[in-house]
Amino acid sequence: MRVFWILWKREVASAFQTPMAWVILFFLLLVTGFNFYAGVSVLNHGPTEVTVVESFFNTVFFWFSFLLLFPLLTMRLYSEEYRSGTIEPLMTAPVRDTQVVLAKFFGVLFLYAFLWMPTGLYFLIFWWQTHLSSAGAIGAFVGSYLLLLLMGMFYLSLGCFCSSLTRHQITAAVMTFAVIAFFFLTGLLSFLAGNVDTMMQGITITFSPIDQMTQFSRGIFDTRPVVWYLAMTGLCLFLNLQSFQARRWRS
Amino acid sequence: MIFVQGLTKSYGTTYAVRDLSFSVDRGEVVGFLGPNGAGKSTTMKILSGYLPADAGEVRIAGFDILSQSLKARSRIGYLPENVPLYPEMRVAEYLRYRGALKGVRSRRITEKVEDALELCSISHVRNQLIGTLSKGYRQRVGLADALVNEPDILILDEPTIGLDPGQIREVRELIKGLAKRHTILLSSHILSEVEMTCSRVLIINKGQIVATGTPAELRERSGIPCSGSIRMEIQTADRKIAEAVLTTLQSLKTIASASIIEGIQASSSASGWTRYEMIPVSSSSSGDPRPALFEEAVRRGWKLRELSAHETSLEEIFTSFIARIPATTATKEPAKP
Repeated sequence: MRVFWILWKREVASAFQTPMAWVILFFLLLVTGFNFYAGVSVLNHGPTEVTVVESFFNTVFFWFSFLLLFPLLTMRLYSEEYRSGTIEPLMTAPVRDTQVVLAKFFGVLFLYAFLWMPTGLYFLIFWWQTHLSSAGAIGAFVGSYLLLLLMGMFYLSLGCFCSSLTRHQITAAVMTFAVIAFFFLTGLLSFLAGNVDTMMQGITITFSPIDQMTQFSRGIFDTRPVVWYLAMTGLCLFLNLQSFQARRWRS
Repeated sequence: MIFVQGLTKSYGTTYAVRDLSFSVDRGEVVGFLGPNGAGKSTTMKILSGYLPADAGEVRIAGFDILSQSLKARSRIGYLPENVPLYPEMRVAEYLRYRGALKGVRSRRITEKVEDALELCSISHVRNQLIGTLSKGYRQRVGLADALVNEPDILILDEPTIGLDPGQIREVRELIKGLAKRHTILLSSHILSEVEMTCSRVLIINKGQIVATGTPAELRERSGIPCSGSIRMEIQTADRKIAEAVLTTLQSLKTIASASIIEGIQASSSASGWTRYEMIPVSSSSSGDPRPALFEEAVRRGWKLRELSAHETSLEEIFTSFIARIPATTATKEPAKP
C-alpha cells in the first residue's frame, strides 16, 4: 500500500508538472463552458422539455471532448516509460507489477475526476444566479456524474491497457480511440432499428454511452451500465497487468 | 554476494549471454569488460531483475532473482545504461521518490537524500529540473539514485560513458570511495578505467567469459611477455653508428634481444634519433636493465632522449583474449528435428 501511494503520487504529480494536464483542462473547460452557455441560452427562447443538466450532457460538444479525453490522458502512461527507458529503474526497484498497474490507473482516474470537477461550478453558478435548480432533482446530478465516473473507469483502463502494449504513444492513442469509438457507435444501432425493438434497447442501454447518459441525466438509475462498466474496468486492468508482465518475455 | 550459474539469454536466434557463470564476493569491485554487444548490458539487466533469463540461476545476497525478486531487488542499486530519468522532476524530488520507493523510512529520507546528493556532488543542482541537466550531471543523479537506499550491491552499467575526462576522473574517484562500503559490479569497454578501479576483471565476449582474474593475473596468463619491453632512443649520426650501438646493446648481459624500430629512425639526417626496443632477460624488478643501460650510455657518451619500460597494458591482454574466440560461437545451431 505504501509503494502504491508513492507511485500514485508520482503519477499525479508528473501529470501536473508537464503542461499536458493544464492544456487539456483549458480546452475541456472552453468546450464545456460554451456547451453550458448554449444549454442555458435555449431557455431564453421559451419553455423547453429538457433541463440544463440534460442538455449539458447530451450535446455534440460534450461527447466530442469526452471521447478525445481518453486517448490523450492515457497514451503516455506506459508508452513513454518504455520509450525513454524509465521503466528500467522503475521495475528494478522493489515494486510489484500490480502496484504499478493500479497506481497508474488510479493516478489517471484522479486526473480525470479533477478535470471534470470545475464543470460542477457551472450548475452552482446557475443556482446562485437564478435560484433555480438546473435539474429536475438532485438524483440527476448524482446520476450524471456517477455515469461520467463509471465510463471514465472503463475507458481509462482500456487506455492503460493499450498504452501498455506499445512504446509508441500515437499507436496507443489510436487503439484506444478506435475501441472507444466502437462502443460509442453501438448507440447508433438504436437509430437504425427505429427504437422499437426491446431487445435492441436492452443492448444499447448496456453499451451506448449516449442512451445511458440520456437516462442518467434525467435521474433514472439503471444497474446494467454500472455492472457493465465495473466488470469491463476489471477486465481491462487484468489484461493490462498481463501485457505489462509479458513485456519481460517479449524483449 | 552475487552468484551466477549457467546464465543463458537469447534474442531470436542470437545468444546474448551463453552459459555464463561467475560470482562476486562481499567487498569486491569487479569490472565487467567486453566489446560492444558482448552481453554486458544483458547480464546486468538480468542481475538487476529487469529481464528474466532463458536458463540459469542468479542469486543476489542469497535471494533468487526470480522467486524472491523483491528481496533481491531491494539489495541492489542499479545504474542502467544511458541513465533513463524523468525529465519533469527535480533532482532532490526524484531522489526522495526513489528512496521512498526503495523502502527508505520517511523519517530518514531527507538525511539519505542529502548524503547521496553530497556524495555525488550534485547538491548545487538539487532544485533543477532533470531535463535541463547535462549528461554528466544526469549520470551522477543516476548514481545517487543507485546509492540512496545504501544497498549492499551496486550494479553500474557503463558509469562513465559520455562523460568528459574531468567527470570521468570524478566518477572513478567516487566509485573507489564506494568500494569500501559496497560490493560493486561495473561494466565498461574502457580498459584503463577497469584497471584503475577494479580488484578483479571478468572479460566477456560473445556472451561467454573468456578470462577472469586480477589485472596482474590476466597479464601473466595472456602469454604476452610479462614485463614487456624496454625502449631507448639515442642520437645517432648515421646508420652505421646506429648499428654499432645495436651491437653494443645486444652484447649486454641483461638484454635478451634488441632491435631497431624501423620507420622511426631518421637515418639520413646528421642528428637523427634511433629507437631501440629490447627484451630483458629477467622480468623481475631486480633484473631491470635500465640502470645498466643508463650507465652504458654515460660511459659511451650517447645522447639519450628516452629510456622507458613498456608495460603490457590491459588493452593488449584484452585483445589477445578476445581474439581467441572464433566468431561462429555466437549463433545458435539450427534445431535438429
